[in-house]
Amino acid sequence: MSKANSTSTRQREEEDEQGSAHGAAGEQLSTAPREERPDTGAGVPAMSVIGWVRWFWRQLTSMRVALILLFLLSLGAIPGSLIPQTSVDDMKVQAFKERHTTLTPIYEALQLFDVYSSVWFSAIYILLFVSLIGCIVPRTGQFVGQLRSRPPGAPKRLTRLPAYTTWRTEAAPEEVRATALRLLRGRRFRGHEVGDAVAAEKGYLREAGNLVFHIALIVMLVAFASGQLFKSEGGKLVVEGDGFSNTLTQYDNFKSGSLYDSDSLAPFSFVLDDFVGTYEKSGPQRGTPRTFEARVTYAEGAEGTERKGVIKVNEPLVVDGTKVYLIAHGYAPVVTVRDGKGKVVSKSAVPLLPIDNNITSSGAIKVMDGYKDKDGKKTQLGFKAFFVPTFAGHGKGQMFSQFPALDFPVLALSAYQGSLGVDSGLAQNVYQLDTSKMKEFKDKDGELLKKMLMPGEKLDLPDGAGSITYEGTEEWASFQISQQPGNGWALGGAIAAIAGLAGSLFIQRRRVWVRAVRGADGVTVVEMAGLGRSESAKLPEELGDLSAALVTTAPVAPAAPEEPDAADTPDGSAGTDATNEAGSRPVHPAEAPAEGAEK
Amino acid sequence: MNLAAATNESLAEASNVLIYSSMAVYTLAFFAHIAEWVFGSRSKVGRTAAALSTSPAKASAAPAVKAQAGGTAVLERPEVITRSAAGTRDVPDGPGAAGGTFKGDLYGRIAVSLTVVAFLVEAGGVITRALSVQRAPWANMYEFSITFSTVAVGSYLVLLALKKNVRWIGLPLVTTVLLDLGIAVTTLYTDSDQLVPALHSYWLWIHVSTAILCGAVFYLGAVGTILYLFRDSYENKLASGGTPGKFASSVMERLPSASSLDKFAYRINAAVFPLWTFTIIAGAIWAGDAWGRYWGWDPKEVWSFITWVAYAAYLHARATAGWKGRKAAYLALLAFACWLFNYYGVNIFVSGLHSYAGV
Ligand code: HEM
Repeated sequence: MSKANSTSTRQREEEDEQGSAHGAAGEQLSTAPREERPDTGAGVPAMSVIGWVRWFWRQLTSMRVALILLFLLSLGAIPGSLIPQTSVDDMKVQAFKERHTTLTPIYEALQLFDVYSSVWFSAIYILLFVSLIGCIVPRTGQFVGQLRSRPPGAPKRLTRLPAYTTWRTEAAPEEVRATALRLLRGRRFRGHEVGDAVAAEKGYLREAGNLVFHIALIVMLVAFASGQLFKSEGGKLVVEGDGFSNTLTQYDNFKSGSLYDSDSLAPFSFVLDDFVGTYEKSGPQRGTPRTFEARVTYAEGAEGTERKGVIKVNEPLVVDGTKVYLIAHGYAPVVTVRDGKGKVVSKSAVPLLPIDNNITSSGAIKVMDGYKDKDGKKTQLGFKAFFVPTFAGHGKGQMFSQFPALDFPVLALSAYQGSLGVDSGLAQNVYQLDTSKMKEFKDKDGELLKKMLMPGEKLDLPDGAGSITYEGTEEWASFQISQQPGNGWALGGAIAAIAGLAGSLFIQRRRVWVRAVRGADGVTVVEMAGLGRSESAKLPEELGDLSAALVTTAPVAPAAPEEPDAADTPDGSAGTDATNEAGSRPVHPAEAPAEGAEK
Repeated sequence: MNLAAATNESLAEASNVLIYSSMAVYTLAFFAHIAEWVFGSRSKVGRTAAALSTSPAKASAAPAVKAQAGGTAVLERPEVITRSAAGTRDVPDGPGAAGGTFKGDLYGRIAVSLTVVAFLVEAGGVITRALSVQRAPWANMYEFSITFSTVAVGSYLVLLALKKNVRWIGLPLVTTVLLDLGIAVTTLYTDSDQLVPALHSYWLWIHVSTAILCGAVFYLGAVGTILYLFRDSYENKLASGGTPGKFASSVMERLPSASSLDKFAYRINAAVFPLWTFTIIAGAIWAGDAWGRYWGWDPKEVWSFITWVAYAAYLHARATAGWKGRKAAYLALLAFACWLFNYYGVNIFVSGLHSYAGV
């Protein structure tokens, strides 16, 4: 196996040095930026402003700084995974803030609750992407130049290249060169004849792939950013039998990017026909959800034809570019409230919020208007509601659900009257009862009136104030309706990135030269040599194959005299060593192993 | 209990038996590898020292390692001469754990054969587990772990079958596989069961299988990197005239040269990096379907991203003067540590949307 120091890396470092190992032969084998040597004065910016700017730009677009920025990016992402994030779970952030009163101000100052939109995190990735653009533009220009130009002519001493072979043949040199050129072109090398040799190169896709990959990263970032600016996202809770139509007023909550235009909501509507949830019935995973599906009837446009659809956890409904996701579900007990005269004041399914995995739920039932107390005075009613789909049975401690399915539903209510406070102008949580302006209904013992109800049972309010009946239970599902332009671009970018990366990492860029000259004795001497961006084991193999193919038309002539190889080597390598030293930063042998992609 | 459930239960039991059996066979392979190293230590190799004892200038002057590029029977084929660039240590690879001794080699072959058997048994365990739940066998940490070690061993055997010089991985690999399976059957064990709805998706097959494959192969790369660091220190010590301890010499001398190990680690990491990129993108697409957003900085997503950026930094380091070699190797290890944390740490210590994975 060939031990290797990447010739071209070194060549890059030594680019401007005279006497570099392969000189012009290895020139432009890559478009990677040259590294500034720390000790060559590049680190000392000129005093003028332009000098500073130029220095800064050169630093920013160097590989070294790109590397450091990449490192900082991964380091900077860490706190966001360990500290609760507002964008991920606001509730957790609040809980954290209550628990850690000393840490909170520090974290807030450092924007640690919003790492991924923080100034410092943004600074890292913006710098990285500026650096990336500053890197891609000149590299693309260089690459186009390389595609336009032809591979450089053969270096004087082919023996110095990483893979080399030679033989003598009776065939004429012109004939050998012509055959070699045909042979190389047949293997999709780009080649031409320069002087007494053929120069050929292959593997440009490596560079192209690398550029495509880096450009694709920018495309993905831009797609992602514009998606954030133009997106809209809202939530809607729908009880079985109810519907939703996609207008702003129908949303429970709605967020949009700063450039979003509300006219762009896609017109469609749907009705939740049925929600189906099933759960593991037995075993250690009892209660684990197995299926969730929302069966809907939807219509595209204002008067589109109605169609049936099923929305599952992994399968959003896509209507006109908008996606409807199933996010959560729960129960909505149907209750009827009657006044003292037995007149039905309200009958509705009231969605309650699950508070644990077995869907123990809580919420509030509010009767805003239509209710008059026994004196005929208008007032409002409120009930705190607690619901379990599967009741453990009386005397089994707290009322918590034992199973998420609707096996033994019980609704516990406590009753209040007075002002619900909905007119106060403050936004109100529909799942909570604000009892500050309400009076408790009392039971016989003067305690707060409360009762557990099974379906069909009712709670009578004292003194002929009416009643509330638990009729049955519906299920509700909540949906997220989101529209995010730019997804197509992001996906395209992602695919291009992978393809480019594969090209960049798996393709070898290499050059092959074939020199054929007539020797003093009239016999043609053929020399072949190969140079890659790195010394890969494939290069000598390929050269072997090429020479074997060439030998069929330029067969080996017997009795070759000794090549001046031995004499050449010592001074050759002395020369290389000298350049190495001249590189002023001694390359530690172990630091310069070479590899496939390294250039 | 119905009939189907009963067959599933007995399949799940069969799977457990197979996993335990594979552990037994891996243990035998482990001892065979130990024997290989022990008998191998009786050989006197000392190639590295010999190669390094020539003066550095002469070493790089040493012309052209001759390499025969195969031969055609009919026509004489010109010989291809390869030459290393200046500045590289011309150190030959060690002879492997067996050290060229007959007994060591015999035990090495036994170890590899046992590893093949254990691999087949373990793969059987994974497959019966999959059949027992009738889905992809990677919905919880136990299943990840058994699949992970199966894939790691499988990749090693594929490299062996391709005649790559990788037998030196045998002992560290079998050791970690035993560790991995030990943790899996004791602390991570979960009864075979169905999936929660969020995992019902063909993306489970795509995303998780590639994630496991990437991890297993990154692991092989990390082993190469660690051994590179040891071997490199050893070569440095020799080159600067030091005399390493007897044990260190005996072990290091039999490993491939530092530059071969480094090259191996690089090739492995570079080959998997595009697949890891794909894994993350596939995960994002799945998250888009399952949770209504492609990227939400969930801890698992964050750590996949960190791992990805860390490997990208490693690849950049390899292309940046002054960062090659040891520094790049440390970055590679850091990147693998990120992967490991993502795999174990995030599931155990951090709660997030991915935490249904059942520890
Ligand atoms: C967004 C962050 C970036 C990522 C994820 C990234 C990733 C990568 C990857 C995976 C490679 C392939 C390595 C190889 O061919 O061995 C690569 C190569 C390269 N990157 Fe980046 N890169 C990023 C930013 C940059 C920046 C800012 C620059 C410019 C300074 C840059 C310049 C290069 C160059 C020149 C190569 C090719 C190295 C060579 O040909 O030897 N990259 N990058």
